[in-house]
Amino acid sequence: MKFKTFAAFVGPSVLIMLIFIAFPLISVFWQSFNLTQPIYKTIEVETCTPGFLTQTCTLETQTIPELDEHGEVITETTFVGLQSYRNVLELDRFWAAVSEGAWSKLQTIDFWKALRFTLMFTLVTLPLVVGTGLLIALCINNASRAIRGPVIFISLLPFVVTPVIGALSINWLFRGDGILTAFLEWWTAKDLALFAQAWTIELMMMFYRVWHVAPFAAIIFYAGLQTVNQDSLESAVIDGASRWQRLRLIIVPHLMPLIIFVTIIHLMDCYRAFEEIVGFSSQGYVISLQWLTYDFLVPDQAGNRSVSRASASAMLTMIGIAILLVPLLKRTWRDHRGTH
Amino acid sequence: MKLKTILMAGVMSVAGSIVAADCAFENTVEVRSLSAGFEAWKAVTDAMAECGNVEANLDQDFREKQPEAFAANPSLYHIGGVANSTMIPLLTSGSIRPLDDLVAKYGQNLTPNQKITVDGKIMAIAMMVNNQHLMFREDILNDLGIAVPGTYDEVLAAAEKIKAAGVVDYPLGGTFKTGWNLGEEFINMYLGEGGSFIDGNNMPTINNEKGIKSLETLKALTAYMDPEYLVSDSTYVQQQFQQGKIAMANLWASRGGAMDDEAESQVVGKVKMAAAPMGSAAPASSIWWDGIVIASNITDEEAEAAFRVAMEGMDEEVVKANNDAAVWLIKGYEPGPLAAGAAATAQKGAKPYPASGPMGIMHTSLGNGISDYLTGAKDAATALADIEAAYKTAAKESGLID
Repeated sequence: MKFKTFAAFVGPSVLIMLIFIAFPLISVFWQSFNLTQPIYKTIEVETCTPGFLTQTCTLETQTIPELDEHGEVITETTFVGLQSYRNVLELDRFWAAVSEGAWSKLQTIDFWKALRFTLMFTLVTLPLVVGTGLLIALCINNASRAIRGPVIFISLLPFVVTPVIGALSINWLFRGDGILTAFLEWWTAKDLALFAQAWTIELMMMFYRVWHVAPFAAIIFYAGLQTVNQDSLESAVIDGASRWQRLRLIIVPHLMPLIIFVTIIHLMDCYRAFEEIVGFSSQGYVISLQWLTYDFLVPDQAGNRSVSRASASAMLTMIGIAILLVPLLKRTWRDHRGTH
Repeated sequence: MKLKTILMAGVMSVAGSIVAADCAFENTVEVRSLSAGFEAWKAVTDAMAECGNVEANLDQDFREKQPEAFAANPSLYHIGGVANSTMIPLLTSGSIRPLDDLVAKYGQNLTPNQKITVDGKIMAIAMMVNNQHLMFREDILNDLGIAVPGTYDEVLAAAEKIKAAGVVDYPLGGTFKTGWNLGEEFINMYLGEGGSFIDGNNMPTINNEKGIKSLETLKALTAYMDPEYLVSDSTYVQQQFQQGKIAMANLWASRGGAMDDEAESQVVGKVKMAAAPMGSAAPASSIWWDGIVIASNITDEEAEAAFRVAMEGMDEEVVKANNDAAVWLIKGYEPGPLAAGAAATAQKGAKPYPASGPMGIMHTSLGNGISDYLTGAKDAATALADIEAAYKTAAKESGLID
């Protein structure tokens, strides 16, 4: 292909990637090392608010930002190096907890609490998603041609549901005396409160994530199953290989590149777990790294937000994903080189 | 709150194209407003729309949109619906204007109580007040021979009796959802103990006996609540009442009307209102107001039209037609039985919510930090120390302390 043609095809997408991915990323990177603050002044203010019948007036010292002649808040930006990262990681508290060997103390520091959950959530759901996906794919593949369409449609449904809505539905099914909690209570003859401790919430979150993502894995694997070499399968049958042996020795090795693909996608998605926290409103018990970033960024009622810490937390999340992906990317790279 | 935010992302919009005779003048200047979406705001903005050319946006996300929208030049909205806390960012960034001239010209019907003054200038016009106060099932308390509790010790004693009698699922309800709601619960308790949150240098002052006492009271209450209290917000507590699952709760006055809503409630006429239980110094509650502000980055002509329209929305007729939608501050309001709790709380000396920039940070730190104490992960002193540390980190980042 001529370079000009190549550039014409690739140009628009490179441009869009620069605008929507690269520049925001650079900006977040920059903000995580800098701090933008208003310049404050202290004044005495008398504020009057309504009471019943009469007003309550109070005189107090307030710290308010200075405004310039256009009525804009004057801000100054300073380079603070790794300060925002230190604020997120809270390393002194981390080391104090580690040197005491106090796991429960470690779990009261936001970042480490979030990291523990995020990692566990990612690594526990991964094999479940791949396994369930493979199982669904095999079921679809073995279903008779007449019902295959409807089966694919139904098994894809969970993936079609908007994530937050899906999480909310599970929340409502189990919250308080929700339908499923009521059923479980009837079945076990015990009074259950599934939102009253961390582990039940985590379990529900994992269940939700597997339910939501497994169809995606299934549809990828189903596509892969169509290309399995039928001759190898037939000769395996003639040689007396059992169903399990055929699966383990022929089908799974054939699907390996797809399994790695699904794994990479799942790791990236799962490490950014967020809908679960919001949908289950679990922040009292369980938080994730992405939720932590969001919490820094969302303004409180007085309009304060921690942009620098949010940036640092976002960069740390990215670094975390990169570390998780290294072994898989290395493997793909090796395979890729091997084929040439 | 966040959950609601996402669900309510769709904005209800009331187009004011119909000019009705109910408005005293015909408005020809385009006026836009942005406010919260609860019942009282709906009544007020509907009345504003009758003047013509009014576009009212009722949006539960208003607090996140308002600061940016009003800082724009020209401002995206003319009228803002605020509460004492949400006025702070608009006030400090100078994006709302003093209203003295307009009040002198068009505000004859305002009571002095409605004029929110900051530094001698009227910056907002309040229309209603709100606070958390005790709601209780009169029938249950009467059956068991319990007097209406006036302090938290009495609340706990009553809860024990109700629990022993086994007449409801849980004796108490509480807006203990982690985040804003839980922070507010602590603030109420701590104000009731007479505590202050921040000193003159913006340093936190909550790690003391009053703070520990407040936390201990909160924890004692949770023993009588649905164990899922950390996910229970105002709507959830309201529903627990409506479905007859709880007997008492300290709930927002603005939720009182729902108890007698025959379409939703199974306990119509049984829930009565009383003052918030007393702490050592004051009722464990804080007084909030809701009202309007006018943007500064608009022309004087627009500001005048916006103010006149707002006055039409907050007049006597509106209050008479929607008497029970809120505890109004506007002339013509006749406090019904539903307002009794809010009024009694205020009369016993409940403090106003101490809204300020640093207080916003304190509220967030409290809301995120208290659950560790309630779940037993930390003791009270550690929890308060960690909340103070979280506050200091955030305050340092925003430049409030060195």
